[in-house]
Amino acid sequence: MTSVPAASGIVAQDMCKSFDDHLVLDKVSLAVAEGTILALLGPNGAGKTTMIRILSTLIPADSGSMRIAGHDVVTDPDGVRAVIGVTGQFSAVDNLLTGAENLRLMADLRHLGREAGRRRVAELLEQFDLTDAAGKLLSAYSGGMRRRLDLAMTLVGKPRVIFLDEPTTGLDPRSRRTMWQIIRELAAARVTVLLTTQYLDEADQLADRIAVLDQGRIVAEGTPAELKGRIPGGHVRLHFADPRLLHSASELLEAAAADEDQLVLQVPADGTVDSLRGLLDELHQARIPVERLSIHTPDLDDVFFAVTGCHVTAQLSADPAAEGVPLS
Amino acid sequence: MTTLAYTLSDSRVMLRRNLKHQLRYPSMTVMLIGIPIVLLLLFVYVFGGQLGAGLGAHEGRSAYLNYVVPGLLLLTVASAIQGTSIMVAMDMTGGIIDRFRTMAIARASVLTGHVLGSLIQTLAAIAVLIAVAFGLGFRSAAGPLHWLAAIGILALFAFALIWLAVALGLAAKSVETASNTPMVLFLLVFLSSGFVATATMPTGLREFAEYQPFTPVSDTVRGLLTGAATGDHAIAAIAWSIGIAVAAYLWAIRLYNRRRAAEPK
Repeated sequence: MTSVPAASGIVAQDMCKSFDDHLVLDKVSLAVAEGTILALLGPNGAGKTTMIRILSTLIPADSGSMRIAGHDVVTDPDGVRAVIGVTGQFSAVDNLLTGAENLRLMADLRHLGREAGRRRVAELLEQFDLTDAAGKLLSAYSGGMRRRLDLAMTLVGKPRVIFLDEPTTGLDPRSRRTMWQIIRELAAARVTVLLTTQYLDEADQLADRIAVLDQGRIVAEGTPAELKGRIPGGHVRLHFADPRLLHSASELLEAAAADEDQLVLQVPADGTVDSLRGLLDELHQARIPVERLSIHTPDLDDVFFAVTGCHVTAQLSADPAAEGVPLS
Repeated sequence: MTTLAYTLSDSRVMLRRNLKHQLRYPSMTVMLIGIPIVLLLLFVYVFGGQLGAGLGAHEGRSAYLNYVVPGLLLLTVASAIQGTSIMVAMDMTGGIIDRFRTMAIARASVLTGHVLGSLIQTLAAIAVLIAVAFGLGFRSAAGPLHWLAAIGILALFAFALIWLAVALGLAAKSVETASNTPMVLFLLVFLSSGFVATATMPTGLREFAEYQPFTPVSDTVRGLLTGAATGDHAIAAIAWSIGIAVAAYLWAIRLYNRRRAAEPK
């Protein structure tokens, strides 16, 4: 785990939380260095939102120590609130106000003062491409605009630490990319970001580090590349014209797994050109024609299914073929 | 700024937000102010002749108008606070409350904004109802001080019921519940001396009517507006108001703080 100076970023140790008898967070520890993005990846019900709610002072943890930019969540919640910004899963905007009034409300509650408040509101409207819609009531806003306004409201007080709970859920691909760009710019401006997501490509795109949360425990943690490197799940799929060819090929390539129904042979491969050429040469010399092939490189899906399917991080390398169990 | 200055500033911001809501949601505001006016017309022109005859006065209908105005003022209060309950529940079931809770703002300012906004709305509704009543021929012997006292008693009682409505709005699981629960208060206005003298009611009901808070408030306001003595009624009205306000305030704060520990939806 990355060590973080006490005065910056997010440090949580042994966070526990139960609702009634249900253990939602089981001794979760994580650290996010200042100015970096950590993506908390996990299925529904993994405890992601609970974690965000605890760290943003909305609900108390049962035990554990949490510090945000040096402020203790338990003993100094107002100190935490002064430096954080939170965009929750459900839009936290005031539907009876206009976009500009929503931002203005935040500026007033952050005590920015009249002139500074006005400047900040104009700046954010511009930055989030909402200037034209500034005077409109939110009923006229699209989902993407609401999400942008939501995040803009979070940024009014220039928070140093930002929590984003599924920031792109329900957005169309274009709005999603815009949101990603905004999040990247935040990190570039030395803001610390903890975001949750169910989208693996989102974590891959944005995060400096990824923590995989499942059933209240962190089951894997590392950079996107590290996580992908732990799953040797890459393979080549060879498609054949008839079962006889498939059979010959599977006798030739011992490590391969044959799918008789689809006439497909799945061969482990690391995705390099050399290994692919070697494989094809071997088949060519044995005079086994291949109809077509597809290459499957390991991605975060493999990480996700492998680690949440078998629960124990250490089993990852030992059992690369572990298939994901259905996730609720 | 000091803590107190922050609290005042945050409450003012929240008040402005609530007043804007009332303007942006005019159908509700108009309905809450309109219902007591419709009932005033109904009671004066439909029931007024018959009910006025029961007062033993010469001009039944206008005598009943003079009698019933305090009852309708209380109905106005009961109607307006229904809006409070709805607005609080809308806030609590929406996402914005969680945003407020993660900001370093005076914690109670969300609630005080609602209370002050509702109080202003209620006083406006009362002013409208009094104007309509005058238009219909309502006459009062009261001087400025009596008027001031009557409005003061109503405002104090409204303040207490608004806190109650805030608590009901916080306790409600949905906006629908929050809109229905305060209807009980409507009923209490009818089961008081607001519309008919409690002496005309059957024994059990009369006892209930005499010992529930709407009766002393109605009697006090009526006394002040007609120039009759208010006596013990005023003390009872003030005592009820303070009692309800304190209890409802404590209940509301408890609900507001407890909700913090609740599980996310």
